[in-house]
Amino acid sequence: MIDLIYLAVFLPLLGFLINGIFGTKIKNEKVIGLIGSGAIGISFLIVVGAFFETLSLPADQRTNFVNLFTWMKVGTLDVSFAYQVDQLSLIMALVVTGVGFIIHVYSIGYMHGDKAFWRFFAYLNLFIFAMMNLIMADNFVLMFLGWEGVGLCSYLLIGFWYDKDFEKSTTSAAGLKAFVVNRIGDVGFLLAMFLIYLFFDSLKFSEVFSRAVSFDVPEHIFMLITLLLFVGATGKSAQIPLFVWLPDAMAGPTPVSALIHAATMVTAGVYMVARTSVLYAMAPTTMMIVAVIGVFTAFFAATIGLVQNDIKKVLAYSTISQLGYMFLAMGAGAFSAGIFHLMTHAFFKALLFLGAGSVIHAMHEQQNIQHYGGLKKYLPITYGTFLVAAMAISGIPPFSGFFSKDEILWFSYTNLGFVFWLIGVITAIMTAFYMFRLYFLTFDGKPRFDEKQTHPHESPKLMTVPLIVLAVLSAIGGFIGIPEIFSGAHGNVFHSWLSPIFKSANLKLSYFGAHSHFEEYLLMAISVAGALGGISAAAYIYLKRPSIAANTVERFKSIYTTLWNKYYIDEVYDATVINPIVNSSRSFLWKIFDNKIIDGLVNGLAKSISIVSSLIRKMQTGIVQSYALVMMIGILLAFFWIILSL
Amino acid sequence: MENSLLLTYLLLIPFIGSIVLLFIKAKKENLIRYFGLGISVITFLLSLVIYFNFDSSNSSFQFVHKFKWIENLNIHYQVGIDGMALLLLVLTTFLTPLTLISSWTSINKKVKEFTFFMLFLELGMLGVFVSLDLFLFYFFWEAMLIPMYFIIGIWGGQERIYAAVKFFIYTMAGSLVMLVAIIWLAIHASNYLGKFTTDLVELYSVAPLFDLSIQNYLFIAFALSFAIKIPLFPFHTWLPDAHVEAPTAGSVILAGVLLKMGTYGLLRYNLPLFPAASLHFASFMSILAVIGIIYGALVAMVQTDMKKLVAYSSVAHLGFVVLGIFAMTQESMQGAIIQMINHGLSTGALFLLVGMLYERTHTREISYYGGIAKLVPVFSFFLLVVSLSSIGLPGLNGFVGEFLILLGSFKSTVLNSWWYTVFASTGVIFAAVYLLWMYKRVVFGKVINPKLDDLTDLNKREIFVLVPIVIFIVWIGIYPSSFLNVSEKTSDKIIEQVLELPKAELK
Repeated sequence: MIDLIYLAVFLPLLGFLINGIFGTKIKNEKVIGLIGSGAIGISFLIVVGAFFETLSLPADQRTNFVNLFTWMKVGTLDVSFAYQVDQLSLIMALVVTGVGFIIHVYSIGYMHGDKAFWRFFAYLNLFIFAMMNLIMADNFVLMFLGWEGVGLCSYLLIGFWYDKDFEKSTTSAAGLKAFVVNRIGDVGFLLAMFLIYLFFDSLKFSEVFSRAVSFDVPEHIFMLITLLLFVGATGKSAQIPLFVWLPDAMAGPTPVSALIHAATMVTAGVYMVARTSVLYAMAPTTMMIVAVIGVFTAFFAATIGLVQNDIKKVLAYSTISQLGYMFLAMGAGAFSAGIFHLMTHAFFKALLFLGAGSVIHAMHEQQNIQHYGGLKKYLPITYGTFLVAAMAISGIPPFSGFFSKDEILWFSYTNLGFVFWLIGVITAIMTAFYMFRLYFLTFDGKPRFDEKQTHPHESPKLMTVPLIVLAVLSAIGGFIGIPEIFSGAHGNVFHSWLSPIFKSANLKLSYFGAHSHFEEYLLMAISVAGALGGISAAAYIYLKRPSIAANTVERFKSIYTTLWNKYYIDEVYDATVINPIVNSSRSFLWKIFDNKIIDGLVNGLAKSISIVSSLIRKMQTGIVQSYALVMMIGILLAFFWIILSL
Repeated sequence: MENSLLLTYLLLIPFIGSIVLLFIKAKKENLIRYFGLGISVITFLLSLVIYFNFDSSNSSFQFVHKFKWIENLNIHYQVGIDGMALLLLVLTTFLTPLTLISSWTSINKKVKEFTFFMLFLELGMLGVFVSLDLFLFYFFWEAMLIPMYFIIGIWGGQERIYAAVKFFIYTMAGSLVMLVAIIWLAIHASNYLGKFTTDLVELYSVAPLFDLSIQNYLFIAFALSFAIKIPLFPFHTWLPDAHVEAPTAGSVILAGVLLKMGTYGLLRYNLPLFPAASLHFASFMSILAVIGIIYGALVAMVQTDMKKLVAYSSVAHLGFVVLGIFAMTQESMQGAIIQMINHGLSTGALFLLVGMLYERTHTREISYYGGIAKLVPVFSFFLLVVSLSSIGLPGLNGFVGEFLILLGSFKSTVLNSWWYTVFASTGVIFAAVYLLWMYKRVVFGKVINPKLDDLTDLNKREIFVLVPIVIFIVWIGIYPSSFLNVSEKTSDKIIEQVLELPKAELK
C-alpha cells in the first residue's frame, strides 16, 4: 500500500475533476456526495493500509519514498512530484483523510439543497488533494504547492456563498483577506527555500536535513531560515501577527470551518515546523521566538474568545489559541507532543465546529449564542457530543485534550521555564471558562429565543453519526499518547512511533535539570483544578447569576470593548499598512509619477516635436520628408535618453 | 539539409497569404476570416513540424538558411533558431489563430485590412525571432511596427490615435538608436574581421573583444530599444495607453508576443554580443527590473479599468523576466525564458477575457461589474484560472517561471546581493492583491447593476479559444520539462557566452 500512496493523493483530485466538470450535469446530490466522500474514503483506506505496512517494517526502515515524475530540473535544482511516507506524514495523512472523510459525509447533510452543492464538493476534494501534497511531499517545493493550494481552496470556500454579506463586508472580502495575508507568510516560505537552496544545494527534505547536520553552516543562517519558515507558519496557522484572517474565515460554510480552519489546514504551519525540526534545532534563538509567539498567541486569542457572542467566532479564537499551544510545544522542542495535540485538536475542534453547524442549522442560521439557550432537549446528540468536545478542549481527564495539552504544559515547564507554564495554565483556565460559557449559553438554561416561532430539531443521521464518531475519538483518542508516568513500562506509544523523525533534532537539543514525578503530578493537578475552576465559574455566572457577567462588563467597559473589538488589530493594520500603500499608489505613483512626470516628459517632447514639425511642414511637402523628420527627431530623442541612462 | 528551408517556408506562408488576401473582394468578409484563419493555422502546423524536428540536445542554431541579400554591403538573408527562439516562435503561431478567432465578431469593419495586417504582423514577429543577421532583424523589427500602428489606430478605442502615435514614437525612438548601434557595431567589427558584416554568428565571435567603453555604448543603444519594448520601468508609459486603445487582438499580440521581443533581444543580442557590458550593467538593469515589479504591481492595484490593470501587471511580470536574465544563473535564465512564454499565455488570456466582456457591455470599468459569477459562470471560471496562473499559483505555469527566476537571482554571483530577490518577492503578494481584488469586485458580490442582467455567458467559439491556453497553463505548471528541455542548451550557452569572457586580444 505504500507504493499506492500517490493514489491517496490523486483520488481527491479525480473527485474534484468529476464533480467540477460534470457537477452541473449530475445534479443528483447523492451521486455528487458519494463521489466526493468516496474519493476521500478510499484515500483514507489506502493511508490506513500504508500505515499498517509501515508499522510492520523494522523501525529504521519506516521512511519510504514514492517518486512520480520530475517537476522542475534546472541546474542543480531537481524537484519531483515525489512523496515521503514516514511516521510523521502518515499520522498527518490519517488525520486529514480520516477527519476529512467524516466532514465530507457530514457535508452531504449540511449542504443539502444548496444551489452549488457540486461546487462545494469539488472544492472540498481539491482541498484534500492540496493538503495531501503538503504533508506527503518529499521536498519543500511540492510542500509549497500544497501550501498555496490549500490557501486557494480556503479562499474559494470562505467566499463560497459569494453573494452573501459577512459582518461589515462580504464573504468574498474575507476570502481575499485570507489569501493575501497567507501570501505575506508565503513570501517568508519562499525566501527560506532560496536560502536553503543556496546553502544546502537541494530542496529535498532528506538531503537538506542530512546536510544541515554535516555541512558547516553558521548558526545565524539557520536562524534566518527557520525564522522565515516560521513567518510562513504564522500566516497559515494564524499566529501573531498574521492571525487576522482566521476569524473572518468563518464566513465560509461551517463544514469548511471545521475541516480547513480548525482541523487540518491551519495546522500546516505546526506540521512544517515539525517536519523541519532539524533546522529549528540548529537555531535555538528561533526556538525561543516560536515558543514566545506561540504562548502569547494562545493567551491573547483566549482573551478575545472570552467575550465573543458569535458561536463560530468563539471557536475561531479558540483555534488560534490552541494552535498557539502547538507552537509552544514546537518551541519547547517537544515536537511529538505538538503533533499529538495537533491530532487530538483535530478531533475535538472538528467536533465543536460540526456541532456548531448542527446548532446553526437548527436555529435557522442564527449564530449569536445570546439567542440560544436550553437547546439540549431539542438537540440531544449534538448536545452530548458537544459536551465531550468541550471537556476535551478544557483538558478534563481522561478526554483526549487532557493528555495532549498537559504534555505541552509539562514540557514548557521543563524546557522553557515556569513563566511559559504559568501563561499556559492561565490560558487553559480561560479556555475552560469560555468553552463552557459557550456550552451553557447554548445548551443549558432557559431558551432565549421564541419557542413558538423557532422549532429546533436534531440534525439528520448524515450529520449526527459523524458527530458521534468524532466524539468517540475526542474521548479516547488521548490514550495512544498516555504519558510514561501513567503507562509505566509501555512508555508513550505515540512518542516512540514518532521518535525516529525527531531523533536528530532531539540530539541537538539538550535540556538540563531532572524533574521528579511528584512535580509532574503536581503541575497536572494544578491545571486540572484550574480547568474545573474555569468550568465552575462559567456555570455559576451563566446559569446562576447572569447579572455578574453584565456587571463585570459594565465595570470594565474599556477592557471589554477592546476585547470585543479584538484589540482593534484590523483597524491598526488598515491604518498603518493597507491604506497608506493603496492611497500612495493611487494618488502618487499612478496619478502623479506615471501620468504627470513620466508621461509629461514624453508628451512634452511629443508636443514640441509636433510644433516643430508643423512649422517645417509648411516648407516641406510629401510624406517621405515627414518620415525623415520623425527619424531625425527620434535620434535626438534617443540621444537624450542615452544621456539620461548614463 | 532539406530541413534548412523550413523557416523560410514559415515566413513565406503568412507573406503569400497576405498578398493573396489582397485579391479577395472586401465584401466577402467571412471568406476573408476563414482564409486568414486557414493561413495562420497552416503556419502553426508548420511550426509544430519545426518543433518536432528540433534537436534540443544541440546548442547551435538549427534550420539555418543563408543566401546573399545585398551584395555590396555583405548583408545576408540568414535565418535559424535555437531553443529559446523556437519556443517564442511556437507561441507566436499558437496565439495568432486564436486572436483571429477571438476577433470573429468583434472586428466588423474593414475585415480585409484587419486580416491583412494580422498576417503581416505575424510575418514580422516570426522574422524577428528567426533572423540571424542584424540587418534582417532590424528590417523585421521595424516592419512589425507598421501593422501594429494601424491595428491600434484603425480598430482601437476613442483615444486610438493618441495611443498609436505614442506607441509609434516611443518604439521608433528606441529603434533608431539601435540602428545607429548596429551600423557602428558592424563597422567596428570590420576592424577585427577584415570585412563589413551584419552576420550575427560572426559578430558573436568578435564583439565581445571590443573595449568595455565601446561595449557599454552599444549595450545602452540596444538595451534602450529593448527596454522600451519590454517595457522596462521607466519606459513603460506607452503600454497602458496602447493596450487600452488597442482592439483585443492587438492587445493579445502586443502582450503575448511583442513585449517578448524586448527580452528576447536582450538575450539574443545584448548578453552574447556585449558580455563585459552586460556584467557591468547587470545590477543597474536588475534594479530597474525590481522597481518595475513593485511599481507595476502597485499601480496595477489602483486601476479602475481592467485593461489598464492588466497592462500594468505586464510591467511587473516582465520585470521578473529581466531580473532573471541579468541574474545570469541557469535557474534564473531558464525561468526567464519560461516566464516569457507564461506571460504570453496568461496575459494574452487575460486580455482575451476582458475583451469578451467588453464586447458584451462596452465598458472595462471594474465598478460597472460585480456579482457576475452568477450570470456568467463559465467566464468566471476561466478568469479565475487565468488570474491564478498570473499570480503564480504553484501547479500553474506562472509559478515555475517566477520560482526559478527568484531562486536563481538569489544565488546569483553576478548580482551578489539577496536584496533583489527579497524585494522582487514582494511582487508575489501584490500580484495576489491586484488580480484577486479585481476578481472580487468584478465576479463576486451581488449583482447591483441592472444593466448586467442580460449578460450572456461565453459561447462555444470563445471557449474554443480559451481551452488550448488553459491546457498549456496547466501543462507548464505540472510538467514544465517539455519546455525547459527545449531551452536548456540555449540558456546554458548564453551564460557561457557572458561569463566565460573571451580575453580581449591586443591588436
